[in-house]
Amino acid sequence: MDILSSLMDGFATALTPMNLLYAFIGVLLGTAVGVLPGIGPAMTVALLLPVTTVLEPTSAFIMFAGIYYGGMYGGSTTSILLNTPGESSSVITAIEGNKMAKAGKAAQALATAAIGSFVAGTIGTTLLVVFAPIVVQFAVSLGSPSYFAIMILALLAVTAVLGASRLRGFASLGLGLAIGLVGIDSVTGQRRLTFGQPLLADGLDVVVVAVAIFAVGEALWVAAHLRRTPLQIIPVGRPWMGKQDWKRSWKPWLRGTALGFPFGALPAGGAEIPTFLSYVTEKRLSKHPEEFGKGAIEGVAGPEAANNAAAAGTLTPMLALGLPTNATAAVMLAAFVQFGIQPGPLLFANEGPLVWALIASLFIGNTLLLLVNLPLAPVWAKLLRLPRPYLYAGILFFATLGAYAVNLQAFDLVILLVLGALGFLMRRYGLPVLPLILGLILGPRAEGQLRKTLQLSAGDVSGLWSEPIAVVVYIIVALVLAWPLLAKLWRRLRPRTAGLVLAGGPAVEGPAAGPAAAPAVEGPAAGPYLSPAVEAPAAERPADAGRRRADATHANHGEENP
Amino acid sequence: MSIIVGYVPTAEGTAALDRAITEAHKSQTRLVIINSSRGDAIVDKRYAQAADINEVTQRLEQAGIDHLVLQPVRGNDAANEVLEAAEKYRAELIVIGLRKRTPVGKLIMGSTAQQILLEASCPVLAVKAGA
Repeated sequence: MDILSSLMDGFATALTPMNLLYAFIGVLLGTAVGVLPGIGPAMTVALLLPVTTVLEPTSAFIMFAGIYYGGMYGGSTTSILLNTPGESSSVITAIEGNKMAKAGKAAQALATAAIGSFVAGTIGTTLLVVFAPIVVQFAVSLGSPSYFAIMILALLAVTAVLGASRLRGFASLGLGLAIGLVGIDSVTGQRRLTFGQPLLADGLDVVVVAVAIFAVGEALWVAAHLRRTPLQIIPVGRPWMGKQDWKRSWKPWLRGTALGFPFGALPAGGAEIPTFLSYVTEKRLSKHPEEFGKGAIEGVAGPEAANNAAAAGTLTPMLALGLPTNATAAVMLAAFVQFGIQPGPLLFANEGPLVWALIASLFIGNTLLLLVNLPLAPVWAKLLRLPRPYLYAGILFFATLGAYAVNLQAFDLVILLVLGALGFLMRRYGLPVLPLILGLILGPRAEGQLRKTLQLSAGDVSGLWSEPIAVVVYIIVALVLAWPLLAKLWRRLRPRTAGLVLAGGPAVEGPAAGPAAAPAVEGPAAGPYLSPAVEAPAAERPADAGRRRADATHANHGEENP
Repeated sequence: MSIIVGYVPTAEGTAALDRAITEAHKSQTRLVIINSSRGDAIVDKRYAQAADINEVTQRLEQAGIDHLVLQPVRGNDAANEVLEAAEKYRAELIVIGLRKRTPVGKLIMGSTAQQILLEASCPVLAVKAGA
């Protein structure tokens, strides 16, 4: 039981008073940013990266883990009380959660979300403990060709599956890869995209880019839409659940967990698709289908469990392979690099104590979240009364400070502003931010593997598919890319196949069709608050982000399906 | 001519509204209700929601008072919105509610009531809650 003893050592590290304090800070911060629409855990981790350089890596990661899990929790509060998802993974929660709150059951909705998140997070973290070492054993045997193929899959899948349009996704990915190329090539020493500027020879610091795109871009975007009619928040006391609620919640929790974890672990799985699938599943299995759309507790319990399990699932490839599948994991990966830790399959071997302390802190953070969130829900709701200028002034201050602190170069501030403007434009034209960040972080690593592969095969291109795993992965890549075409053909051959018919919408034929079918679901008013930077399902992100209706109080309730 | 009332969905706001209705009834003039938000926070509890406004308009209709409800969200302070409306609708009286404030609180945060009292060109009637 080598794993158990490692985990116990991890607990010993994570339970020191100092690390407990960092876990607590992380949990509080994470919940706060989860509650506030438009500010996510990815942005928070990016902002805190420069600040954490003085900390022990273990403490920093314990805090980041708290922020990550907390963000998932916080998003549900806003979804339920305000019908405005604080996080993209909470979009589905708003459908039933807000209806419950309007029916006077806000306390039960919050409770089932919090307890479901705890259950899913704990099970998910346990699965992480079980699977990560297995994945590592498998990963150690992989050569460069397979690694390169898997990275290509992750990049393409995230870009193709998420977001409103593939074109926008790939444009964003291209930007990220281009930014990742800047600097001196490590193999030949050539300057790439430096424009004769010696300050660019080292490349662009990931922290600066991430902070610019997330924080500065978001702040500019919010500034451009500063005035909004305030929304109505449903007052709430302390969350609690009755016997009947428990009875109706526990199965959805477990099913949501089962859906969320694998999707989180897959490249491009993310948390949105499993929450959607969980909702649909609960709707079909429910003994009270008539309550769906009017505030069914299963419709909150399932998706909330799914998004927390997905969060745990995401960490499996992140820790075992060094492969991030969402924005927060990508920024955490950048943090590893910043602390001089090599992410990848050797992480468990080289940095065992750190990794196990991090995993142990996930268990601790989950428990803390439950203790913090059950009594504090009304306090979190108060956070929404903070005027945006105060909030974003603080964010911009931290962003600038952080960007300058990385290298103490004023030039980095210029980069920050230029890329911040780029982040603003991306939001304006509905380009998803995640592919850019993934391209920036995975691009250079994928290139390294490509170079290695070609060096090993003496420049022969066939070296790329010299390993069976690589071949399999490339076939999956081809399927992912050809999926819309195949789906189209499929529909043409078998018009209106049986499937899940949602609220009179189109039939759904599988996970990849999920987000596309989402418009048929009664969506929450994502409105202006969920900036397009948040990777919301297509339904919540109209193609033209710049001209969305500001009227979030009168949600379009999906009855007007064409 | 009209009477302007600054309304917020609190005890003070309701007291001001009650008094304004009485005044409008007496002088048979139009009542203009101002409830504004700067619109820079996601949630603003001083901004009256639809249900609340419906209640107010119903009351006014029952009382048979000519009324107008304005909810500007233009990023201005409430005081400026009230003063601007007073100019526009040629107010003969402004009614506002006063809440308990400490001098320090006023110094730091400013006071809407004070600004209206000092800058209005017509009489201002300040009402306290529960009086």
